[in-house]
Amino acid sequence: MTLSTFIQQLINGFSLGSLYALIAIGYTMVYGIIRLINFAHGDVMMMSTYFAFFGYIIFRIPWYISFPIAMILTAVLGILIDRGAYKPVRNAPRISALITAIGVSFFLENFGIVVFGGRPKGFRIPKLFGHIFEVKGVTVPALSLWIPFFTAIFLVLTFYIVYRTRRGMAMRAISRDMDTTRIMGVDVDGIISFTFALGSFLAAAGGIMWAMKYPQINPLMGIIPGLKAFVAAVFGGIGNVVGAAIGGILLGIIEIMFVAFFPQLAGYRDAVAFFLLIGVLIFKPTGIMGEVLPE
Amino acid sequence: MIDKKRIRNWILTAISLVLLFLLLGYLNKHASSYVIQILNVTAIYIILTTSYNLINGITGQFSLEPNAFVAIGAYTAALLTMTPQEKAMTFIIQPCISPLNHISIPFLPAILIGGVVTAILAFLMGIPVFRVRGDYLAIVTLGFGEIVRVFATNAIPITNGALGLKGLKQYTNIWWTWGTAVVVVFFIVGLVNSSYGRAMKAIREDEAAAQAMGINTFWHKMLAFVVAAFFEGVGGGLLAHLLTTIDPRLFTFFLTFNLLIMIVAGGLGSTTGAIIGAILFAWGSELLRWMEEPHVILGIHTPGIPGMRMVTFSILLILLMIFARNGIMGRKEFSWDGFLGFFSRRILRRA
Repeated sequence: MTLSTFIQQLINGFSLGSLYALIAIGYTMVYGIIRLINFAHGDVMMMSTYFAFFGYIIFRIPWYISFPIAMILTAVLGILIDRGAYKPVRNAPRISALITAIGVSFFLENFGIVVFGGRPKGFRIPKLFGHIFEVKGVTVPALSLWIPFFTAIFLVLTFYIVYRTRRGMAMRAISRDMDTTRIMGVDVDGIISFTFALGSFLAAAGGIMWAMKYPQINPLMGIIPGLKAFVAAVFGGIGNVVGAAIGGILLGIIEIMFVAFFPQLAGYRDAVAFFLLIGVLIFKPTGIMGEVLPE
Repeated sequence: MIDKKRIRNWILTAISLVLLFLLLGYLNKHASSYVIQILNVTAIYIILTTSYNLINGITGQFSLEPNAFVAIGAYTAALLTMTPQEKAMTFIIQPCISPLNHISIPFLPAILIGGVVTAILAFLMGIPVFRVRGDYLAIVTLGFGEIVRVFATNAIPITNGALGLKGLKQYTNIWWTWGTAVVVVFFIVGLVNSSYGRAMKAIREDEAAAQAMGINTFWHKMLAFVVAAFFEGVGGGLLAHLLTTIDPRLFTFFLTFNLLIMIVAGGLGSTTGAIIGAILFAWGSELLRWMEEPHVILGIHTPGIPGMRMVTFSILLILLMIFARNGIMGRKEFSWDGFLGFFSRRILRRA
């Protein structure tokens, strides 16, 4: 492998990893706060791509308006899912909440198949992101540089919210001890809904960029990225927002490098994340940045 | 007195089993092949729900493995029963690897080996997962389902890739499916009522307390998972030889989802409930067929107006969780005492 292809793959891996990072943050925040694996998170990401698809391609609204609208709609969807499905089972045994999450995930997928159709739809890339750069033999699609750029903006925004605002402080407090936080007068349900909104908003950012990177969308597209993003969240230390971002980026690089070094095994690419998960559970269940969570 | 009751219960159980098999024999001769097919599917569902309920309902460890384990059992058993000639004809892209290409063994050992292979994989998966506390079992088993699909599609010399395995002999009949179902149900009821079963329930109720009472939570969770895996693998072998054709698309998450609905509707944690859920689903989903024209049997799903039934099922599952968490049976089990008591009370009331 020449140096230039290596750099090219590194950039590809970094941009794929940025997308995992954006999706993983939603998982890790929700898990950190209410100890729920939100199986529907990947499907929420899928819905965001359809919102963007309708806005940008069907209604021909410019991307800088339709994409933010799609992200806000996705955030609203996140709140609706929390209020409609998860809040009623919050005080039920944990397994009920997990089953509900599976139900929501399956509902969104099949709702997508019924309403949008099961056949993949092409996603047109806005001109700004469509260029291909070539510097000293390294060819890089502009999108592979735009994705980390936007991801960085959203990550800074998220870290600011989680670590520097009162809302973020409330989120972190709930993840420590929900009941005590409630006694302190924090609107716990409101904060949980806000967490879902923020997580879904970030998943939408990841989803829309995903749709541009692999320019087609279908109702089942969220399953694999969702699973991998969860692995990234565990890798980074579940419940830790910074860890999820780092875990996502590392997972993207590992996956792309696996395919680059073993092209004959490219079909097994989706298995990389799974074996990484098993490895993390064996060697460091708390992940890279993980702290031991109170049970 | 207690002994008398126990003898009475054994006799009643034996009589009902004889009646069940007489009925099945009658249906096998006189019913249409459509009804017989649903009867077979019902029995396979019972095998799968009772074992799935063991890990999810009795031990309380949320797991999403059945589609993966059924696939492994199905592929293993199918590869073992196929004759070398059939394999040579089926594997057209790449020849089957040796020694698989010239092995051919009878049906019963094949499905048992299918179960054993599945159980071994479950054991290997259980080691990292049960060491950590938390919900990782769900995500690992869900991911494993994807891995099985990836391997079934890509490991062409073993699985024949996307083309799948075709032309299996239809060994599975109503006696195999229902016979296995009865064995599985008795085994699981026996296990649940043993000290192992009580330990599993203790883990479900409070893992920390169970551990404090000296229960080895790791091995009991592992036991439930491995037993469930074994029977799911056997169920997969039966399914493969019922359908005679298997391919990677057969074992999607849809199968797991359906089983989850069955055990939740029947009552999570009740073996009786799992059986009721399986029967209701097998026949009820036939009634819902009008929602989608194409055929849906045990997760095979040919497109038509797809999705409508699944949308209904997913809404049903969410509503069950919110409003009827206990399902039909709650955690209660069928017992002859309860059954007879119910009727004698009725008779008394009438008299």
